[in-house]
Amino acid sequence: MSEPSGTSGRPPVVTPTRVIAGVCLVIPFVAMLWVGSYAKLTPEFIGIPFFYWYQMLWVFLSSGLTYAAYVMVRREERARKEGAK
Amino acid sequence: MKDGVNGVALAVFIFFFLVVTVLGFLAARWRRAENALHLDEWGLGGRSFGSWITWFLLGGDLYTAYTFVAVPAAVYAAGASGFFAVPYTILVYPLIFTFLPRLWSVSHKHGYVTTSDFVRGRFGSKGLSLAVAVTGILATMPYIALQLVGIQAVLDVMGVGGGESSNWFIKDLPLLIAFGVLAAYTYSSGLRAPALIAFVKDTLIYIVIAVAIIYIPIKLGGFDDIFAKAGDAYAQVNPATGKPRGSLAPGDTAQWAYGTLALGSALALFMYPHSITAVLSSRSRDVIRRNTTVLPLYSLMLGLLAMLGFMALASGVGAGVTGYNGQLAIPQLFENMFPSWFAGVAFAAIGIGALVPAAIMSIAAANLFTRNIYKDFLKPDATPAQETQVSKVVSLLVKVGALVFVLTMDKTVAINFQLLGGIWILQTFPALVGGLFTRWFHRWALLAGWAVGMAYGTWVAYGVASPAQKHFGGSSDTIPVIGQIGYIGLTAFVLNVVVTVVLTFVLRALKAPEGVDETSKADFTADAGDPGVQKDLPVGAGH
Repeated sequence: MSEPSGTSGRPPVVTPTRVIAGVCLVIPFVAMLWVGSYAKLTPEFIGIPFFYWYQMLWVFLSSGLTYAAYVMVRREERARKEGAK
Repeated sequence: MKDGVNGVALAVFIFFFLVVTVLGFLAARWRRAENALHLDEWGLGGRSFGSWITWFLLGGDLYTAYTFVAVPAAVYAAGASGFFAVPYTILVYPLIFTFLPRLWSVSHKHGYVTTSDFVRGRFGSKGLSLAVAVTGILATMPYIALQLVGIQAVLDVMGVGGGESSNWFIKDLPLLIAFGVLAAYTYSSGLRAPALIAFVKDTLIYIVIAVAIIYIPIKLGGFDDIFAKAGDAYAQVNPATGKPRGSLAPGDTAQWAYGTLALGSALALFMYPHSITAVLSSRSRDVIRRNTTVLPLYSLMLGLLAMLGFMALASGVGAGVTGYNGQLAIPQLFENMFPSWFAGVAFAAIGIGALVPAAIMSIAAANLFTRNIYKDFLKPDATPAQETQVSKVVSLLVKVGALVFVLTMDKTVAINFQLLGGIWILQTFPALVGGLFTRWFHRWALLAGWAVGMAYGTWVAYGVASPAQKHFGGSSDTIPVIGQIGYIGLTAFVLNVVVTVVLTFVLRALKAPEGVDETSKADFTADAGDPGVQKDLPVGAGH
């Protein structure tokens, strides 16, 4: 799929930025689908079993990771538009 | 269970209902464009929504009244397994971030209103497009019906309608009124109505959740007590099955089901026509991406809401009542815990929470019918004004259908179909998402994969028995080869992909005709402001 940069006049499909952004987007899948890693009751947080507060914590973590991916992708898109002009 | 009508709560409920009714009709004038007869106006709100409105619209769309009633009800019934909704809605956003900006771009470039429009344009196959459209309509109908079930639960607890009232007309009158009003303003205002009402709905919901999650634990003696009591309740052995009622953390055998349900539901959610409608109504690619970083706020709210299930259990809602309807647990908890006036606010939040998605869903289903059945097969030369008229009428029919469904059949039928709908809609994933990234898949292979996935999913779901029902007793069954219990929809999806890939190799080797692809590579990354991407699309674009 990807072409070496600069040879075809079209920017490459796979760039370091996109790889990092992709990793940011994949991390929540690993964390949430590995159910065994959090299927337990302790340690508790203000009386809430681990299983529940841990998953709610991931709402924030995944939101932050998506935001990081968003910032990276947007920066690259802008740079490309500048370059194209 | 019912102690007559709760007057104060009812008055507050009616007040908010009137407010959103007025808003719904006024919405027709909001941000109105000159070209009001085009389907883009009625069906996609002029494709003009910015970050704020899209946030409320998507939030109002994906987190429905049924979610608000069903998720805590599932937690109330069995504990940990009901909490899968949280990882499910966490995983939705990275997926939306990756896939839907491309769909937005190509749809704006070619004037696509529905996913089936895209599939037809990409693969040059009306058959595949029809399959996607029919699946979308079939999956959406029971979803709308369940919104009514959500309203019914609230009305029931308030002591209005439902229950054992003698006359069917009196019994269902409140629901008929609510739906009549909904149908009228959706007809006149289109997507603008739910977009405007979503503001009210979400404000109410956030207030109610914030108050509930602080106030109720204080009254019940803190989370320690709540979880201790809930844990005791789950440990009790159900005489019907000989197993404990549920658990606070999923055991080893339940973990596959938990994970596959979360993943499968996340993949399915943005295949639903109503989520696509909300996404396509946004103003630019960037609006979608930016939204995926803030929409998880709703997931947090959903998690807090799920906790209410434990609170209902700990406070003794439904204790000792055999066959207690878990759907009523949360409304009942509100009625028991809150002063009447605030219970009214909470009920209004759930009630309005049903109206917003029901309106968007009926618009989405109507768009599918109009674009991919009416225009493609019945009247190819339909003008945009005719398209809009057909869409309006179909949105009415869809709602009437859902109403008849709920009034004439048992609630479990709607829930069974909703379960099937999730499995079905997931089978359109390869055609849509596959098509967004590659043209490698063969259109006939996609159609065959879809058919196999639909048939397998339906057949296996039919065979799942539970203590309460012989068929459609749950959404999980043994995964062949792996041997663990997992979500049927995801197994069917994997089967679908395998069939599609194998047949694509075969069909390519046989040089079967591939169909014409009307899209080009650059279409998938085009943004607002680029050449060829107009804010207001030309009449009849894409044909």
